[in-house]
Amino acid sequence: MSTIIDRRLNPKDKTINNRRKFIERSKAQIKDRVKDLINSGNIADIENGKAKIKVKGTSEPSFRIDPKTGNKKYVMPGNDKFVVGDTEKKPQGESASGGSGGGTDGEDDDFEFILNQDEYLDFIFEDLELPDLVKKQVKDVTKIQMKRAGYINVGNPSQLDIVRSLKNSLGRRISLNRPKNEDIEKIQEELKKAEEENNLVLVEELELKLAELRRRQTSVPWLDPFDIRYRNFVPTPQPITQAVMFCVLDVSGSMGEREKDLAKRFFFLLHMFLHRKYEKVDIVFIRHHTEATEVDEHDFFYSVESGGTIVSSALKLTKKIIDERYNQNDWNIYVAQSSDGDNFSNDEDETLNSMYNLLPLVQYFAYVEISPENTFSTGNRSTDLWSTYQELVNDYKNLNIKQVKVIVDIWKVFQDLFSKDHAHV
Amino acid sequence: MSKLLWNDNEWSFDKLKIAEDAIAEIAFEELNLDVYPNQIEIISSDQMLDAYSSHGMPLMYNHWSFGKHFLRDQHSYNKGYSGLAYEIVINSNPCISYLMEENSMTMQALVIAHAAFGHNHFFKNNYLFRQWTDAESIIDYLSFAKKYILQCEEKYGAEIVERTLDACHAIMDYGVDRYKRPVKINKQRELDQQKEREKYVQQQANDLWRTLPKSKKNVKADVDEDDKQFPADAQENIMYFIEKHSPSLKSWQREIVRIVRKIAQYFYPQRQTKLMNEGWASFTHYFIMNRLWEKGQISDGAYLEFIHSHSGVLTQRNYDSKHYSGFNPYALGFAMYTDIRRISSEPTREDEEFFPHMVGKPWLENCLDAVKNYRDESFVSQFLSPSLMRKWGLFEINNESFRNYVSIDSIQDHAGYNRIRQTLSQQYSMSNHQPDIQIVNANLKGSRELTLQYTERNQFKLHSSSTSAVVKHIQYLWGYSVNIEEVIVL
Repeated sequence: MSTIIDRRLNPKDKTINNRRKFIERSKAQIKDRVKDLINSGNIADIENGKAKIKVKGTSEPSFRIDPKTGNKKYVMPGNDKFVVGDTEKKPQGESASGGSGGGTDGEDDDFEFILNQDEYLDFIFEDLELPDLVKKQVKDVTKIQMKRAGYINVGNPSQLDIVRSLKNSLGRRISLNRPKNEDIEKIQEELKKAEEENNLVLVEELELKLAELRRRQTSVPWLDPFDIRYRNFVPTPQPITQAVMFCVLDVSGSMGEREKDLAKRFFFLLHMFLHRKYEKVDIVFIRHHTEATEVDEHDFFYSVESGGTIVSSALKLTKKIIDERYNQNDWNIYVAQSSDGDNFSNDEDETLNSMYNLLPLVQYFAYVEISPENTFSTGNRSTDLWSTYQELVNDYKNLNIKQVKVIVDIWKVFQDLFSKDHAHV
Repeated sequence: MSKLLWNDNEWSFDKLKIAEDAIAEIAFEELNLDVYPNQIEIISSDQMLDAYSSHGMPLMYNHWSFGKHFLRDQHSYNKGYSGLAYEIVINSNPCISYLMEENSMTMQALVIAHAAFGHNHFFKNNYLFRQWTDAESIIDYLSFAKKYILQCEEKYGAEIVERTLDACHAIMDYGVDRYKRPVKINKQRELDQQKEREKYVQQQANDLWRTLPKSKKNVKADVDEDDKQFPADAQENIMYFIEKHSPSLKSWQREIVRIVRKIAQYFYPQRQTKLMNEGWASFTHYFIMNRLWEKGQISDGAYLEFIHSHSGVLTQRNYDSKHYSGFNPYALGFAMYTDIRRISSEPTREDEEFFPHMVGKPWLENCLDAVKNYRDESFVSQFLSPSLMRKWGLFEINNESFRNYVSIDSIQDHAGYNRIRQTLSQQYSMSNHQPDIQIVNANLKGSRELTLQYTERNQFKLHSSSTSAVVKHIQYLWGYSVNIEEVIVL
């Protein structure tokens, strides 16, 4: 009379719709809150993939008693010392309400919850778009996948569709009135009978009929080449779903902790952003002073270097790695460079040359220059590298350069770089 | 040969079946339980969280508040503030119990005894459940409700459906006629009737019908009608009144009000029998697990694990503990049933004086009678014994809002027994938790204003901000202004 059922394989997240409704309801507030989080530089929260959000206006009111009022009588357990008539001072901020279920928790209008990473990033990147994404996909696609596209009359045997072919054959046989084997067998039987009965007239008649049927049967074949159908496959270009991101960081002596921190935040945002757009994102960390090396993430951000700066070394290394490992037909290539703008003055020509080689290969090149915090000038301070890149900006639409001074700027710069209007120039 | 039902503590479906059979044998033969057929479902912790957020029901219409509850539960579970229940059991036929896959075999057995037999028997036999809920059709009804509300969202837009549901949820506690027997719900009949009601109610609510010329015969009677107050008697079922008489609701909105009201009604007995229901389930699992052990069907290790978890769940903190949060319904309920058993089998002179009707009757008969015919309020006032009051050290506190001290009115002595019993019984009375608010006037002929009345007792005031929020919700459903007046009963 009882059944035991394993429900563990049933889908979880049955409440996903309710969750979405709830988030939809507080959307405006969440959006503001996410902006606040980013502006306050709390990007660490994004890193953990979660954001604590507090929203208002989600209380579910009901008629209830104000717990601060009323003359209550209630029973409690564990009397160890009281006798009738004893009094006790009420505790400060008293909320000793009557026994079970009494604890009415005041205004529960502020509701705090955790946005999961996807939801959070949805809010963050809501208005942003990758530049030139669509164009690149169509233009440079080399990855081809064969996709089914109906039926054709010619093809190789492995693509023969038997069901479809026989359907055609059946239709044709019916429409051309091809005699069935049963019909012939029936006549043969009648013929046999007639022969036994010695009914010569009938025998002759039937023999004629039989001959006619046989003739028609051979003239209308059971399966005609005309019936045959093959499954059709057409080559369909596949969008490239992988991207590689080069993080190029200047680690010369002039780059302090603050500069690196700002750079890191920028790289991080870009990484998250690319992750949402592509199935697979590779990151290549390149650091340079007078020469460039490829390092792992930890070294990239934490090991200390000093010395001068030769930017072209990093650009050349980037180009080299692309040539070696990242065929531009298979990969969407992004370069994010961060530096304080110092460069050896005699490196300018080399830098320009490297950029001429590099820019045609990449989807997007974002350069973020970290300016000293204490410069009060609002205009663009012209550093060596800045003025070098400035020359290129007009010719290369996929190059974008920005300056960042404080943490708050990071998000703005990021938005500028990837705003939707920008993306479709 | 070992009689043990299972040797290692990992559960499997085979072992569950064996355990369930052994438990059923004790439940039927020794406890005379009468249960709906059991449907035991194993779920993961994620699914348990899902079930939590929508009143534990296996399916529910969609609403943002369930999403909010889910986020809250998930948060506190992930942070380790709260564990998950070992089970959820649904008052339906067949009776569905959810078991967590994380439970050990001993725990699964405990939970099967607790939910699939204890709660299940309570659902099937307690008079409130028999009167107010229909275990046969609840799942069907929920699926009808879910589909209907989804259709409304598609037809009229999610926003207005949500607005309507929000308003309904605010008055969910006021959707029950306490003195009338509700008609049983049935999915097909609901669907048919819903169409009919849609037409009929819309006609009735449309005021234009009133302007049709009347036959002469009725004119005179009608004049008298005008002077009459409507409704003639105060209405405590606010949802029902709105569903039938709101001048502004669309017919599909009336149906939504009805759906929320029906579901609230389904949960109505649960709120009034928490103590009894949990107590009975605990009593059942305690009895059954002990019998299994006595019969040599579970090992000493399994028995110890059971005792450990049993006493964990059934801990009652004292008033001076910083973890005190009222009475633990599991603990008090269990203690009371155990006490009934003691009074029946080994009564003292005092028990004979207090419970003459129980003494001499078999304990099981007395327990099953309590399960069948009482709710928390009457259960306490009928069965809380002086011996238990002494054991638990129950005392009565008088806490008046205008004093800065509280006084002890009664303690666990001869003079106090009756008063403690009465006060504790009141503590479980619905009227103690839910402000007494009724509809006293609906001016359908004039301003269409709706007047509610709050009856104030013992200087309990309404919580002002949440009251005005609820009034706004009622206003939305009513379509015209709504006010609330207070009367004081001394």
